[in-house]
Amino acid sequence: MALKRKSKQFKWHRKHLLGLRELSAEEITYILDTAEGFQQISTRSVKKAPPLRGRVVVNLFFEDSTRTRNSFALAASRLSADVIEFTKKASSVSKGETLLDTAKNLEAMGIDIVVVRHNAGGASRFLSRSINACVINAGDGFCEHPTQALLDVYTIRKLKGTLKGLKIAIVGDIAHSRVARSDMWAMTKLGAEVIFVGPPTLMPGQVEQLPVTVSYSLDEVIEKVDVINMLRIQFERLGGNPFPSVREYSHYFGLTVERMKKAKPDILVMHPGPINRGLEMESEVADGSNSVILEQVKNGLAVRMAVLFLVNQAAAQKG
Amino acid sequence: MKVILSSEQIKRILQDLASRIIAEIPGQVDIAAVGIRSRGEILAQRLSSLLSSELGKDVPCGTLDITLYRDDLNSPQGTAQPHVRTTEIGFNIDDRIIVLVDDVLYTGRSTRAAMDALIDLGRPRAVKLAVLVDRAGRELPIQADYAGYKADVTPGKLVQVNLVESDGKDEVVVE
Repeated sequence: MALKRKSKQFKWHRKHLLGLRELSAEEITYILDTAEGFQQISTRSVKKAPPLRGRVVVNLFFEDSTRTRNSFALAASRLSADVIEFTKKASSVSKGETLLDTAKNLEAMGIDIVVVRHNAGGASRFLSRSINACVINAGDGFCEHPTQALLDVYTIRKLKGTLKGLKIAIVGDIAHSRVARSDMWAMTKLGAEVIFVGPPTLMPGQVEQLPVTVSYSLDEVIEKVDVINMLRIQFERLGGNPFPSVREYSHYFGLTVERMKKAKPDILVMHPGPINRGLEMESEVADGSNSVILEQVKNGLAVRMAVLFLVNQAAAQKG
Repeated sequence: MKVILSSEQIKRILQDLASRIIAEIPGQVDIAAVGIRSRGEILAQRLSSLLSSELGKDVPCGTLDITLYRDDLNSPQGTAQPHVRTTEIGFNIDDRIIVLVDDVLYTGRSTRAAMDALIDLGRPRAVKLAVLVDRAGRELPIQADYAGYKADVTPGKLVQVNLVESDGKDEVVVE
């Protein structure tokens, strides 16, 4: 009860969610606690609640997405908001309209929350300074993907109780992964130890300045970790030849049935999706008993409802 | 600060509420208590155990978080920041008589929110409202079916219900 009292005094004041680097452990925990309250909306007879009634949410996606876009759309609908879907291909962006002009025009229609994904790092921060609506980052360049990391830590906390003291490996294309960065911030702030695993060519520059340890051998790491998050090889972002062949990559860094035999029996296998089956992960592992990949997707809905609710509350209270 | 109900009085009022509920609700109908967070939750637990022992059958108890149904969410005048917590109702509410439990009935706005939240979970046979303290000041057409203590309190004053489980002792004070 003493704990509950403490959380009562906490005040969420951010009307934007741009990244997790700037959030405190307390703020992250508050989002996760709030998400718990949204979980049951998806299981009951009327899968809808009214807190965003009359609000308009725009899904402003300049990059392709299945999970994140649909998850935000469904989360907003379950909170009774109206949702406008914007995709680059079907819009005036193909006529040369800029991000800012697009957002300003949408804002003139009276929108309240913009969920934005863009290939330029900092795009959501730029928007948040230029428009009045709340801005939620749904992925910007190689920088951050905060709601993905929030659903990752939410899933881990739910299944392991806490992140404190856990060893978590994030494996693969770290250099091009905004998920890896957001995960790193969230997981380390909540007390876990993060190990980046992958070939040197897929490590970000100045990785030694990040709060992680680095390993180039999955075989050395697999035995000691409690959670393993397998990233997708992002062929669309790769320049040059970061590894000799897909087969070789898979041999050294793929999560195979064979490799899983060395892992702790209760290891959680995660993946932000979409999976390249047979490349970073064998199908038997992706669908195996340690896999929590679909659990992540389910929890993503509750986490995104919580984020939409909180930014809207912060905006409402600022008047 | 003035104490208007002591621990002993609270105990007697709850006992009385339980007796009145049992007298009115036919024995063959399934009932359940649902408390509004957070003091209503504790009162609902106490009431359900009183009802269970008097009826000799299990009267389930649940907790309702009404935050998402509040009518002041989008108003800048909303005083304290709302904290979303979990609704925990581990039974089917369809066709039951639900006794909705709250600590204080004042404006009626929490009760309105609770009814809307409840209806999204199913279709109860009926919803009854039981409160520990009933004070004047309704802003909606809502009344208690079972009111424990009618308090004569000046508008604007705060009626604070303290309970052992959350506050260390049972008492109701006016501040």
